[in-house]
Amino acid sequence: MTRRSSLLPLLFALLCACPLGAQTLRFGLAEDPDVLDPTLARTFVGRIVFAALCDKLFDIDEKLNIVPQLAESYSWSPDGKALTIKVRPGVTFHDGEKLDAAAVKYNIERHKNMAGSNRRGELSLVSTVDVVDPMTARLNLSAPFSPLLAQLADRAGMMVSPKAATAAGEKFGANPVCSGPYKFVERIAQDRIVLERYPNYWNKGQIFIDKITYLPIVDSTVRLANLKSGQLDIIERMAPSDVPGLKSDSRFKLAKVTEIGYQGITLNVGKSDMAKTTAIGKDPRVREAFELALDRDGIVQVALEGEGTVGNQWVAPDNPFYAKSMPVPKRDVAKAKALLAQAGVPNPVVNLMTPTTSDAQKIAQVVQAMVKEAGFDVKIQSTEFATSLNLADKGEFDAYVLAWSGRADPDGNIYSFDACKQPLNYAGYCKPEIDELLTKSRTASDMGERKKAYDQIAAVVLKDRPIVYLYHRHWLWAYNSKLSGLRTIPDGLVRVQGLKL
Amino acid sequence: MLAFLTRRLATILPTLLFVTILIFGLQQLLPGDAAKVLAGEDQDPTVVEYLRKKMHLDEPFPVRYAYWLGGVLRGDLGESLRMQKPVTALIAEKLPVTIELAALAIVIALAIGIPAGIVSAIAKGTWWDYAANAVALWGLSTPNFWLGIMLILLFSVQLGWLPASGYVSPFEDLKANLAAMIMPAFVLGNAIAAVLMRHTRSAMLQVMSSDYVRTARAKGLDERVVILKHGLRNALTPIITLGALELGTLLSGAVLTEQVFTIPGFGKLIVDAVFNRDYAVVQGVVLFTATAYILLNLLADIAYFLVNPRLRDGYARA
Repeated sequence: MTRRSSLLPLLFALLCACPLGAQTLRFGLAEDPDVLDPTLARTFVGRIVFAALCDKLFDIDEKLNIVPQLAESYSWSPDGKALTIKVRPGVTFHDGEKLDAAAVKYNIERHKNMAGSNRRGELSLVSTVDVVDPMTARLNLSAPFSPLLAQLADRAGMMVSPKAATAAGEKFGANPVCSGPYKFVERIAQDRIVLERYPNYWNKGQIFIDKITYLPIVDSTVRLANLKSGQLDIIERMAPSDVPGLKSDSRFKLAKVTEIGYQGITLNVGKSDMAKTTAIGKDPRVREAFELALDRDGIVQVALEGEGTVGNQWVAPDNPFYAKSMPVPKRDVAKAKALLAQAGVPNPVVNLMTPTTSDAQKIAQVVQAMVKEAGFDVKIQSTEFATSLNLADKGEFDAYVLAWSGRADPDGNIYSFDACKQPLNYAGYCKPEIDELLTKSRTASDMGERKKAYDQIAAVVLKDRPIVYLYHRHWLWAYNSKLSGLRTIPDGLVRVQGLKL
Repeated sequence: MLAFLTRRLATILPTLLFVTILIFGLQQLLPGDAAKVLAGEDQDPTVVEYLRKKMHLDEPFPVRYAYWLGGVLRGDLGESLRMQKPVTALIAEKLPVTIELAALAIVIALAIGIPAGIVSAIAKGTWWDYAANAVALWGLSTPNFWLGIMLILLFSVQLGWLPASGYVSPFEDLKANLAAMIMPAFVLGNAIAAVLMRHTRSAMLQVMSSDYVRTARAKGLDERVVILKHGLRNALTPIITLGALELGTLLSGAVLTEQVFTIPGFGKLIVDAVFNRDYAVVQGVVLFTATAYILLNLLADIAYFLVNPRLRDGYARA
């Protein structure tokens, strides 16, 4: 008996020692990321990899608060035209170079000036960067711009090694050198991206896994099969229809959070002359009838098996910037019919262009059936994505099923869509008063003032309906129950800090 | 022989030139603006403009074609704008994977198709024949992606014997490589086996009713020798042609199967490139596979020439 009890702790020690070998987190992605250069990158899925590879000046938390990451602290000048950032001391890049104010200046300028940069627009109001002292940088703005912190909490705030970036030029993405918890090992296009733990990471106490392999597996059934058969530890964007089956399986866990993006239907209200010829383009009453004929709960049930939050604005109802004065309207077919009668078009024809993804197809079909009850004759035009983008850009559509992956600051969800002549304004919406309010919402630094501006914008835009917002889907992760420490951040990116296997 | 080769080579160059025009021209018919697709979510106008310049989309068609053809002649197939990698490097990366998958699939197809074809021809009208035909019909009518997913559910999720998808280099771990390749190779081979089986059956039926087979039997030869030596050998010629054609098709990429099993081969490369309007990749891969196809055909012709005395004599007389 005594002998046995002395053996037990030893046995436990042995058992616990086993998983201490090199641990690899195998992460199933829904798509293959594009180039791994924060300046040039343009896809959502690439940001998932960046979360392990490249730290940013700031980050966002579960409640969308901005928290410092590579910045230790920051302060705004009273006129809102200068942001002073204290750089976190002791941070090194994966090539051993030090992060300092000069590196911050280099990176912001690279984002702004590199040919083909996708960050230029995000940092357009940053005119110059000063190195105040070795560890303090100041971003000078041409006009106050409150969404800047949120931009710096995304790719525009990612810092790469100036030495490596200068040496590699535009080929930097083939071998990225950042300052995140994991460094780049190899990438085989469409097969895998391998990262390994960076031993000198500034926050290494929070890193418990040695290696991460990101494997793009496009088919959601196959992605799930890989998780179930043990080839993957975690998958992102699980299909909602697989949720019930996984819930009953104790080997796996499920995490979800409402996205910061949205799903909507963009209506052509002025993108081209076509808008003047269609009932839905020229008459706001027809658009109101269209929205009133929709049952958003039903759409979420059909398209997402309930894995979404209904919404009617560019931010979800639990977002602090949601305009409470404009709640989600209830379905009212009788009123929709009355509006159509008033407008003199009891049976308006609407061509609904939809990308070929199964989500978009389902939405189109259920919308078609719902608005038919009010008298709409919806014709679905399934169009391959690149083609649909082209048609949308030329204004050759009535209505377009389109999603947005979302940005932490509400500005990123509305400005480019509703301000005159902006690149994502497929609706062709343009109102000087709204432009003024949108500018106000991004220049005001006070939260209350910004909120007021958004309330005013909502009161107008939600009646003009350039976009009918439908819902905010849930980001769904399924993972091996051995994995712990997963944080659900609404931007849908998995933070690797704190993850344990 | 020399006359034959010269004549064949003389037709290859214009064919290849025609192929380049066709590839480049058809690509232009793809709707949508490549620069806009590659510009990603934000659609920053300066980025779109930059990409358009970089891809020479602002130039007229002949100029763009000349740029590309000039590169091709120098051995430069351009660069993938999405992955920022030279197309030649991508091809070099994917080619071994595609070749391995194609070779395994053909081996499986031959191993199933030919014996099944022989059996059903020999045992014509019996239950063996019906069973083999039923299997062939099943192989032909089962969609690849469905069979793939069913195999994954059975062997990976339920039984846990094989990895559900992915690829491991054989130089890294041969066992893991085969474990990952067996299901996709079977899915591809299964469909081809059905075609091979049908052809073997009809070729064998024809040969087995010929005079020399009757003579062989009359000589009192063992039935096995009659079937394999006198029958199958003569029936094989069309089957080899068919096998070579199927191999050529497999080399251009097995799109759906690669997608289901996440095998990083040509099929996946080209489909992703089409959807992302990554023109250089589409052009480069299609040109490469077209060239490979033409060369394989040439090799097959040379083989015929060597094997078939009638062809040889025809050229000698000319």
